[in-house]
Amino acid sequence: MKTFRMGGIHPKENKFSAGKKIRTAEIPKQVAIPLSHYVGSPSESVVKKGDMVKVGQMIGKANGFISANVHSSVSGKVNKIDVQLDASGYKRPAVFIDVEGDEWIETIDRSTDIKRECNLSKEEIIKKIQDAGIVGLGGATFPAHVKLSPPPGKKAEILIINAVECESYLTCDHQLMLEKGEEILVGVTIIMKALGVSKAVVGIENNKKDAIEHLTELAKSFTGIEVMPLKVRYPQGGEKQLIDAVIRRQVPSGRIPIEVGAVVQNVGTTYAIYEAVQKNKPMFERILTVTGKDAPNPGNYLVRLGVYLQNVVDQAGGVPAGTGKIVGGGPMMGRSLMNLSVPMAKGSAGVLFMKDEESVRKPIKNCIRCAKCVSVCPMGLEPYLLMTQSERNMWPEMEGNRVMDCIECGSCSYTCPSNRPLLDYIRFGKTTVGGIIRSRK
Amino acid sequence: MNVILISLITLGVVGAVSAIILFFVAKKFHVYEDPRIDQVEQALPGANCGGCGFPGCRGFADACVKADTLDGLLCPVGGNETMQKVAGILGKSAVEAVPTVAVVRCAGTCEHRPRMNEYDGVKHCFIAHNLYSGETGCSFGCLGLGDCEVACEFDAIHVNPVTKLPEVDEDKCTSCGACVKACPKLLIELRKKGPKSRRIYVACRNEDKGHITRKSCEVGCIGCGKCLKVCPHDAITITNNLAFIDDSKCKLCRKCVEVCPTNAIVELNFPPRKPKVETAEAPKEPVNA
Amino acid sequence: MEKLIISPAPHIHGGDSVSKNMRNVIIALLPALLVGLYYFGLGALVVTLTAVLASVLFEYLIQKYILKGEVTITDGSAALTGLLLGLNLPSNIPAWMVVIGALIAIGLGKMSFGGLGNNPFNPALVGRVFLLISFPVEMTTWPKPTPLTLHYIDAETAATPLSVMKMHLGELPSTLNLFIGSIGGSLGEVSAVAILIGLIYLLVTKTITWHIPVSILATVFIFTGILNGVNPDLCASPVVHLFTGGLMLGAVFMATDYVTSPMNPRGMLIYGAGIGVITVVIRLFGAYPEGVSFAILIMNAFTPLINRYIKPKRFGEKVK
Repeated sequence: MKTFRMGGIHPKENKFSAGKKIRTAEIPKQVAIPLSHYVGSPSESVVKKGDMVKVGQMIGKANGFISANVHSSVSGKVNKIDVQLDASGYKRPAVFIDVEGDEWIETIDRSTDIKRECNLSKEEIIKKIQDAGIVGLGGATFPAHVKLSPPPGKKAEILIINAVECESYLTCDHQLMLEKGEEILVGVTIIMKALGVSKAVVGIENNKKDAIEHLTELAKSFTGIEVMPLKVRYPQGGEKQLIDAVIRRQVPSGRIPIEVGAVVQNVGTTYAIYEAVQKNKPMFERILTVTGKDAPNPGNYLVRLGVYLQNVVDQAGGVPAGTGKIVGGGPMMGRSLMNLSVPMAKGSAGVLFMKDEESVRKPIKNCIRCAKCVSVCPMGLEPYLLMTQSERNMWPEMEGNRVMDCIECGSCSYTCPSNRPLLDYIRFGKTTVGGIIRSRK
Repeated sequence: MNVILISLITLGVVGAVSAIILFFVAKKFHVYEDPRIDQVEQALPGANCGGCGFPGCRGFADACVKADTLDGLLCPVGGNETMQKVAGILGKSAVEAVPTVAVVRCAGTCEHRPRMNEYDGVKHCFIAHNLYSGETGCSFGCLGLGDCEVACEFDAIHVNPVTKLPEVDEDKCTSCGACVKACPKLLIELRKKGPKSRRIYVACRNEDKGHITRKSCEVGCIGCGKCLKVCPHDAITITNNLAFIDDSKCKLCRKCVEVCPTNAIVELNFPPRKPKVETAEAPKEPVNA
Repeated sequence: MEKLIISPAPHIHGGDSVSKNMRNVIIALLPALLVGLYYFGLGALVVTLTAVLASVLFEYLIQKYILKGEVTITDGSAALTGLLLGLNLPSNIPAWMVVIGALIAIGLGKMSFGGLGNNPFNPALVGRVFLLISFPVEMTTWPKPTPLTLHYIDAETAATPLSVMKMHLGELPSTLNLFIGSIGGSLGEVSAVAILIGLIYLLVTKTITWHIPVSILATVFIFTGILNGVNPDLCASPVVHLFTGGLMLGAVFMATDYVTSPMNPRGMLIYGAGIGVITVVIRLFGAYPEGVSFAILIMNAFTPLINRYIKPKRFGEKVK
């Protein structure tokens, strides 16, 4: 069975919410839909206080190349356009809407029939994806249409669908594949058409055998789609790692996947693309996994954007006693949340409750130079060295040691027997070196 | 005996030849350096703090010697005294610079600014700042992890373990500016030291609206504008809900300190107030409220 | 949830620890220790126990009373250093010499550089080499392997196969005896099979990677193989070289010491090859019959240089 060829770890999977049916979360009285995205510039608000909006109506317009449209997830009245604290406590612009009913805009096809044919042209498909505000749901929330428009002179050869879900605990993609398998595969054919490629591979880690079987069965009625089981290994969901695992090509340092002829889309994004193109439904909801070792009711919820995580968590049984830390996303790359008064964003994949004793880091000891961080680094870097150089502010040396290649997967910190905060320092160095590189241009 | 003699002669000859070679090499590769650079360097404090903006004291000395005038060149550590000495050596005149000192523009102690989260990561302000806004509700305030303390070459700034705020030791602070650069929240400012080290400044950088600031911190500036109205010298400006006192205009009258409803304006090194000030203030309050 | 904790990702840890790794190495050394106890009896027990206890005691005393810092004897690194030192000594060496060896190993080899993680040379080898040059007679007089003996100091002595080769003292032991360890030598180094069991344990528990031991053994095998082909009088067969002396123990347990070995696979291979070449050169052309300790110490000195110039294969780098 294939996997990527360099480094990697295998954390305990703990997929408690696997196989739990997707439940639709209730809509609260007020939502705060974030206008900013994880990357790129925030969208520009196109509604004002007092406006009545419907579900699916555009409320934020993309602002710049790397930005995406934002659509209302509820119907009701715009209360205000103000700042909202995000997960890290910094202020971000958001549209606050008081919910009244649940009225969708007329163009959305709300039937559950599967529509397989798509007669649109390449450009029309990409336009629709762009208008629907679809971003990558794997975590980086990079606008999907940008990836589908390769730079001039570059040609995609293969489409890779990232259904790896290598993070522990998270199951939102897994459950989506089980429930919306055919829609996803239609989505794959649409992206293939938009890219002009004839081959697509859906990479799934082997701990999701039911999803592999289900999709393999369905894929028989589609041409050019292969479902590939992959060995369970973190960080296989990293774009470069997945390409290496599937087609044995390594994207060179500082380059993008199209250089080796590959385009990667997340499986959740693929489903969203299906909905946008075939059902005219913009992106205003996504699946969120609520989980944890003590979580009373681990499960997968379909949540509208802008709903406060507190509301979802309440429906899932509340925060368990003895929770020391709440993580937004998976345990390896997620961000710890300051509180649950954070609105659901396009990139939110999970809410993870960590027990008190799991939450605290163990004391830092001397580096014993065991080189385990070097051997687990999926990018072939030397984390121990980068950390030391970051501590001593040796920025040019860090750049020479390719700190910018770091994908911040956390394998080094996870492995370190001395509990050293390798990634903390490397991230610090990466931020600083990145700033230096930008200032040079 | 013979052995000793031969050894002596051989070593002596080797030594002499080496000395001659070294002599000529030294002559050949001699680089002329203005002797005044050495003299100026001698006069400097020798801390190599970089506060002047040059790479170490020698770099600064070099710049002083090469420059036409000493305008804009200041050793923040040595201050005027040193600059006068340098000017004497070089036969140039030094402009009198106003002595400054670092102040921390955050007064949110643990007591005033309750902690809502607990940070468990590397004790490094920059790393914490990149991760999140801080343990308290105020996203502008001090993180208390001591990057400024590490940056200070003069042992002049220390994070108080009780208040978790850095405190500047005025006698040791040379106003080199290292802490200013180190603080990711931009909380440290170099201000005029003032007569008898008396200073007044707004110890807050919170740009939130007043009611939000109020919620997160008892001593935050809420941008109410009372100080602006009371200031007779036009020294106060308010931008983004935050007051700022211009130290070049402030005459240290302390009127703003009295009216500030949140005690965000701090006075330093003043003698204690006479009790009558309080009584005079008391009837005013209902009028303002 | 009184106060939620905020920390940077990752939020989970693999559970690996320094003491776990040290424990794994100590477990892997047990087969070699048991063989030593079987062949050298009471002497082996006295020497290893003295070495371990003295090392732990010295580490405790230095950390507590000289450095006045945290005492970390529970992480097992001092015990491991002591055990390695003991296994590298003849079983009839007086106990007071072992204590001196432990003091040098811990005090000079490790603590003077700042403790675990900072020492450039393998502490156990520093102790051993110190003893070797201070007490050459005691350090090169090996007792004859006698199963389950109670003799300690006054045991009957035997030459090691390497001295036999070097000084042309007579017949070499059979390959089988070399393999199971019924030969003269330091108490932990005699049995190749016991050390190989330890190696397998280390590899299975992922405590070390294969690069260093394999590159050392392969280099020695190839190098002696060529020399043996050219001149059998000068050099015995590669199999004999592989299974005699401290080579196995050195390649598996001493050269792989985390702190003093290179940090990436490419570097490890170069380091291993260097140890192999220097070992053979000292064995065949040097004054000492055995050269593994010196070879490892010499390559320890090169480790920072290797780390600096030999970089791991980066992702996306073209394979040459």
